[in-house]
Amino acid sequence: MRTVYLDNNATTKIADEVRESMMPFLTDLWGNPSSMHTFGGQIKKYVEAAREQVAALIGAADPQEITFTSCGSESDNLAIRGGAEAMDKPPHVITSKVEHAAVSGPCHYLEDRGFRLTKIDVDQLGRLDLDALRREVKSSKTLTSIMWANNETGVIFPVGLIGEMVHEAGGIFHTDAVQAVGKIPMKVSDLPVDMLSLSGHKLHAPKGVGAIYIRRGTKVKPLVLGGHQERGRRAGTENVPYIVGLGVACDLAGKHLNEENTRVKALRDRLEQGILATCPGARVNGDPKCRLPNTTNISFDFIEGEAILLMLDDRGICASTGSACASGSLEPSHVLRAMNVAGVSVHGSIRFSFSTYNTDEDVDAVLTELPKVVKRLRELSPFVN
Amino acid sequence: MWDYTDKVNDHFKNPRNVGKIEKPDGTGEVGSLACGDALKLMFKLDETGRIKEAKFQTFGCASAIASSSALTEMIIGKTLEEAEQITNKDIAEYLGGLPKQKVHCSVMGREALEAAIYNYRTGKKFDKDLEGEVICHCFGVTDKEIERVTRENNVQTLEELTNACKAGGGCGNCLPELQKIIDRVHGEMAAASAVPEKKPLTNLQKIHLIEDVIDREIRPALRQDGGDLELIDVDGDTVKVRFRGACSGCVVSAITLKDVVEARLKENVSEDIRVEEVK
Repeated sequence: MRTVYLDNNATTKIADEVRESMMPFLTDLWGNPSSMHTFGGQIKKYVEAAREQVAALIGAADPQEITFTSCGSESDNLAIRGGAEAMDKPPHVITSKVEHAAVSGPCHYLEDRGFRLTKIDVDQLGRLDLDALRREVKSSKTLTSIMWANNETGVIFPVGLIGEMVHEAGGIFHTDAVQAVGKIPMKVSDLPVDMLSLSGHKLHAPKGVGAIYIRRGTKVKPLVLGGHQERGRRAGTENVPYIVGLGVACDLAGKHLNEENTRVKALRDRLEQGILATCPGARVNGDPKCRLPNTTNISFDFIEGEAILLMLDDRGICASTGSACASGSLEPSHVLRAMNVAGVSVHGSIRFSFSTYNTDEDVDAVLTELPKVVKRLRELSPFVN
Repeated sequence: MWDYTDKVNDHFKNPRNVGKIEKPDGTGEVGSLACGDALKLMFKLDETGRIKEAKFQTFGCASAIASSSALTEMIIGKTLEEAEQITNKDIAEYLGGLPKQKVHCSVMGREALEAAIYNYRTGKKFDKDLEGEVICHCFGVTDKEIERVTRENNVQTLEELTNACKAGGGCGNCLPELQKIIDRVHGEMAAASAVPEKKPLTNLQKIHLIEDVIDREIRPALRQDGGDLELIDVDGDTVKVRFRGACSGCVVSAITLKDVVEARLKENVSEDIRVEEVK
């Protein structure tokens, strides 16, 4: 059975070019970039080349504003914990109700230690309540962390506007851009963004590497102490093979940006329209006007997400769900709840997320199988007949 | 990814007895769209009072569908009295076990069965709110339900309780109240399992009991082989008997004396009983 992989917001295939670029550093070039001797010291230039590649993808003014980390979650933790602790006095921490756990986790950590925490609502389309945000950021010096694009719905937040509000009141602005980097064009040097997190495995690099953009002049207290690496921001010998891989992945993502926003977007749109046309009682979650080109989140009335997902899995189709049952919690996804998705469909959401490796065949496979699955589960549902 | 058993996967992918019954004898509906799972169970009885047909409709995850399917298979052919004995643990065991976070799916099955039987007996729709006080408002779980799942699943922690019946899985405001119920049920269970002190029998009670056991359990067995037994005397723990009929003179009467007569009396009267044959 062919695997149809439509869960690219969870993780992506490692690109061949990325793997190839890493191999020399897993075989012959294993030296320590901090060494004085040539064998080790020569490695440093590859790390710096990767830094330039990452900086280029997000449009950072200076590669030195990029710090390599182990993952997107570490970048978020460094920005929020390290950012808050480096400020002159404890800031008011502001975030949204739809953040990834890697952001809400450190925000709650700070709250438990006496920091004031405010979480901004979203509307039914998943759009941030900018008026509420404006009121909150005005009141005091804040550390505001708002995601660039939502992982579940793909909804894009206006980071430029948000950053302006935060800066007007003298605050610091971090954005978790793990889902946005490589999917939409960005030039962070022109934006009022102080810190930005990204992750390797969401853009065809392997798991275990990420990066954080820290604008020149922004103070951050490191989480990992005990070494001069990454200009003291993150101690520990560099994960050279993975950093090199991340650099190449960023290079590739830059080259594919146009395709992502044309061909991949067209695949997503065809799938979405096909599902809405063939499955009655289906609705799209999230602002259709302002979404990532690769993501669609669709709810099906009267049926449950885990059951849909497992039946798709049985047919070789990989997707994901915000249903409660799938996660082992009892409440459906915090994102859909924050959006007040209707009770009849909040438990029946499925997310399909594309990458440049997806094809028309993948869309065809879903459009063949999904209507059957939905029909089958509706036959089982006491709320339909 | 859940570690579902093959049996859960089978009942999920090939659910048995899906649908509705025309003019059912009993219908039970539990759960809701908002709660994330719901089950409608219907059954029809045959003329002897056994369940001849059971059907279900389920909104929920794979294990909710599998638990419902398993339940219908388990109750078909049973009387309502027999079906009533089924606990959520029986449903989970039938499926080869459920992940601990999914135990509530089996509880939903048991509750639907209970509601359907209630509907058959009273003609009314089961309303659990009338049966107890709602403690967990997020999932509408009553104190009665919480007590029952605690008892039947020997629930020790709040987490286990939430897995079993969802109570406490929402806002968490009821957690202190839930802990009190768990503690109370464990107190009651400990009190109930304490062995009551046995009062020694009086001589008269002992003789009556011995006569009773001989009449009820020993004589019918001997009579099947054409024999019989007469109680001659009781002296302390020594019981004197005489074999009659085919037993008297039977070559294995000594064995019958030990393995049947003495064994039954030891079991039912006292471990100290010794039986002697009077020729």
